[in-house]
Amino acid sequence: MPVVLAHRPMLAVLVSLLAAVAILFSDRRPNLRETWSFLAAAITSALVFSLLPEVLQHGSLEATYIELLPGLALHLRADLFGMIFALLASVLWLVTTLYSIGYMRHGHYDHQTGYFACFAVCVSAAVGIAFSANLLTFFIFYEILTIATYPLVTHDRHDEALGGGRRYLAYTLGSGQMLFIAVISISLIAPGASFQPGGFLAGHASSGLLTLLFIFAILGISVKAAIMPLHGWLPTAMVAPTPVSALLHAVAVVKAGVFGCIRIVHYVFGIDVLHAIGADTALALLASATILVASIRALGEQNLKRRLAYSTISQLSYIVLGAAIGTPAALAGAMFHIVAHGFMKITLFFCAGAIYVKTHKVEIPDLGGLGRQMPITFGAFTIGALGLAGTPLCVGFISKWNLGLGALQGGHPLFLIVLVVSGLLNFAYFFPIVYRAFFGNAEHTFAFDEAPVTVSLPLVLTAVVSVLLGVYPNFGASTYDLAWQAAERVLASAASAGAAGGF
Amino acid sequence: MSQHVPVLIVIIPLVAALFVPLIALRTMAWARALTFLALLGVVACSGAALTRALATGPLHYELGGWAPPWGIVYVLDPLSGGMALLIGIVAALVAVYTQPYLKSWSTSRAGIFLSLFLLLVTGLLGIVVTGDLFNLYVFLEISSLAGYALLASGSIHSAVATFRYLIVGTIAATFYLLGVGYLYALTGSLNMADVAIRLSDIGHSGAFAVAITFIVVGLSIKAALFPLHGWLPDAYTYAPAPVIGFISAVMAKVGAYALFRVLYFVLRPTEAASQVLTGLSWVAAIAILAGSLLAIAQRDVRRMLAYSSISQMGYIFLGLALGTPSALKGALLHVLNHAIMKGCLFLAAGGVQWRTGGYRLEDFIGMSRRMPLTMAAIVLAAISMIGLPPTAGFFSKWYLVQGAIEAHAWVFAAVFIASSLLNAVYFFRLIEWAYLRQPKPQPSLSSPPLYQELPMQMLLPIWVLATSVLLLGLFNQSVVNGIIQYAIQPEGS
Repeated sequence: MPVVLAHRPMLAVLVSLLAAVAILFSDRRPNLRETWSFLAAAITSALVFSLLPEVLQHGSLEATYIELLPGLALHLRADLFGMIFALLASVLWLVTTLYSIGYMRHGHYDHQTGYFACFAVCVSAAVGIAFSANLLTFFIFYEILTIATYPLVTHDRHDEALGGGRRYLAYTLGSGQMLFIAVISISLIAPGASFQPGGFLAGHASSGLLTLLFIFAILGISVKAAIMPLHGWLPTAMVAPTPVSALLHAVAVVKAGVFGCIRIVHYVFGIDVLHAIGADTALALLASATILVASIRALGEQNLKRRLAYSTISQLSYIVLGAAIGTPAALAGAMFHIVAHGFMKITLFFCAGAIYVKTHKVEIPDLGGLGRQMPITFGAFTIGALGLAGTPLCVGFISKWNLGLGALQGGHPLFLIVLVVSGLLNFAYFFPIVYRAFFGNAEHTFAFDEAPVTVSLPLVLTAVVSVLLGVYPNFGASTYDLAWQAAERVLASAASAGAAGGF
Repeated sequence: MSQHVPVLIVIIPLVAALFVPLIALRTMAWARALTFLALLGVVACSGAALTRALATGPLHYELGGWAPPWGIVYVLDPLSGGMALLIGIVAALVAVYTQPYLKSWSTSRAGIFLSLFLLLVTGLLGIVVTGDLFNLYVFLEISSLAGYALLASGSIHSAVATFRYLIVGTIAATFYLLGVGYLYALTGSLNMADVAIRLSDIGHSGAFAVAITFIVVGLSIKAALFPLHGWLPDAYTYAPAPVIGFISAVMAKVGAYALFRVLYFVLRPTEAASQVLTGLSWVAAIAILAGSLLAIAQRDVRRMLAYSSISQMGYIFLGLALGTPSALKGALLHVLNHAIMKGCLFLAAGGVQWRTGGYRLEDFIGMSRRMPLTMAAIVLAAISMIGLPPTAGFFSKWYLVQGAIEAHAWVFAAVFIASSLLNAVYFFRLIEWAYLRQPKPQPSLSSPPLYQELPMQMLLPIWVLATSVLLLGLFNQSVVNGIIQYAIQPEGS
């Protein structure tokens, strides 16, 4: 396939980076500062969308820049799978910017300039991760993301925030070094290789070495992907303001983790290589355990954001599980779940933030009757919760259906059971919240009193998109097609590579 | 004229050092201008020499027209040219940074300070350009003596701390001299190239092993390799900020340079040398970890940075000791990178002390608001020290780890990784204090001003270095492919 040159991926990365600088220098003019955020988010989204028709047509567009190490350049490529994450990150940035302005101004938060600047850097890094064409470029943006989220996690400056920040750094920097070992070793084994559908490591090393490398690579990404037992940072990072939690959970950090997981499994190693060393089953079992244990932990959490955090841990492992099963339907489901979970979980976090802005309540038992006061917010919350549980007509159903189908196709009914049980647990930990909000505290009457429109509009938007994507999965950006095409290309390449390797 | 470039590199600062204190007595401004011009001259000459060396091969300059091996020869190959350029640039930046300090001192003190500074630069440049083992000792002593005087120029504490350094440094120089003496006894020559040839003819003996051990130990002390580092933290703690900035950036590096030059260009890795190298690699690995752990234990930022230097010198020594091409590239790249980032850190921390009067972590509270540009430079350099991409420190770490993997030295690869994390502990602690800790409400009426950046003369060098940290990261291949890959090849091999 001929290489199609495009500099727009790089532009998309640079626009948000420059926006961060502009934001820093507009410290004393909040309206100008927020204009930068909006402008950059709009331009980034436009750039990413403009790539979509060509990516669907050619499969990928790319450009290489400065050589950073022998044979390894700063190499960006917009491919089918990368587009999914880039679209998600840029669109949700736009929505979150609006929400952040309402939330931060309404809550009279300090240090908003640093907040919006770091936010822009995070999105720049997320888009960079999405468009990275080799492991080195991926690693660079992955570490930038780590550093840029640290000030966001510690935004409130109190001791709990500092502690959460330290814990966040300990986990992410530690795992970053594990990833570094994997990246440098892989670059020695296969010099100058870029991501390839179906992987490029087949035949490059002994199975023992490959196992070791895979362990390091998975250790490297599993912190951000919050695979148990390396999930500990996520609930503690909930001390951050809610838009940050939304960003961490739905858009950038954890999605960078699972995105990296799919990249490593299917674009570096290849499912056949992993199957030969038994790593696919191990990863799938780990993911299943995470799904179930995190769901059960979520049941026991009484703090709304912490319950959402455990729900995130569980949902992320859906994606890891789909990658590990490695049939076309499962992989497409996993890729699509990046988008699906993004919209559903950001809706839930937006709701949690709206509740906090309006009532300063964070504990689930205190939410009784609030649904009658804030019906829009809790309506959106209900949609998000139903979607995460996998109810038909919500976007979560589409990805879950494909994941389940893929599990059966691969001959692993066990994983289908895991998904079903997890769906039930989702109902179990979300439904009491919804019920309590609408029907609890019955003796008390609540007047309609919604959060400000800058806060409630974004959450309505994301909730509506969650439903639209459930009815029409290609809504807006053909993400469902992208996911299926990417999955089929990956597994077709893997199959042909396996056939060629067989002789 | 142009054939005199190698010797001009040393002559210019030496002559300037003689005249600066005299001129300072009349007009301080002229003395400052002369210092700066001399350093610009060094930069220009070493830049020209480096370009020529890369284009047409090493330049040789026979002092007084005496042919080697009898006369002293100055050699400007890519390695020495690159080092001279680095020293010149850092010195020029520090000279700019010193201006506000000079204004606060008396003219005689300022004049002598500038003179000593130029003498130190002369000594370091001499070590770098000379092709003669004994001449190297002479310049080692010139730089050390100037260094002692500069370090002692702070307070009464600095005199005591420097006296200790003086004793240790003299012992180190003596070790080196003894080693050179053994080599002279073995080969009858002091010219580096000549000694290398003669050594390959006569083979190796016990005397050779003794010589190499003396030289390695002597230069390791000069470069503050753990456990021979004892002099460094105290000497750094009490000296004026510009002095530490310069000394920490380049002086220890020159020790490492000299070791590299002697080991790989004169002694050549041989069996006797390889045993010494194996020992050196373990010592360096311990230095990396011990330096980082000791840095974590400090609550004075200057001492923290000093121990961090000890750890980072370990990186360089470990790279040199591993000796694979990647490791050597990494070591030399780290010489450059560490000079830039540690210089930046010390100058910026010195700026905080200039404003607040202290180096304790407590003094950094609220600095992100008061001196945002200085603190941003610290953050950038700190990220590079930890070795996170895309800053310079990441790429030298990459080469070093790659070198360790190529040598199948898994332990050392793990040491580099572990050290990264330890660096993160103390640098993010500093960032946390500066950015996230809230100042305690002050009962006194005189609360510090909200925004109070450094004067331009201090801020500019800090930011030149900070920007270089980023640019050297992104464009490290031009340095590695353009200079370092030629620098690690001894002539004629």
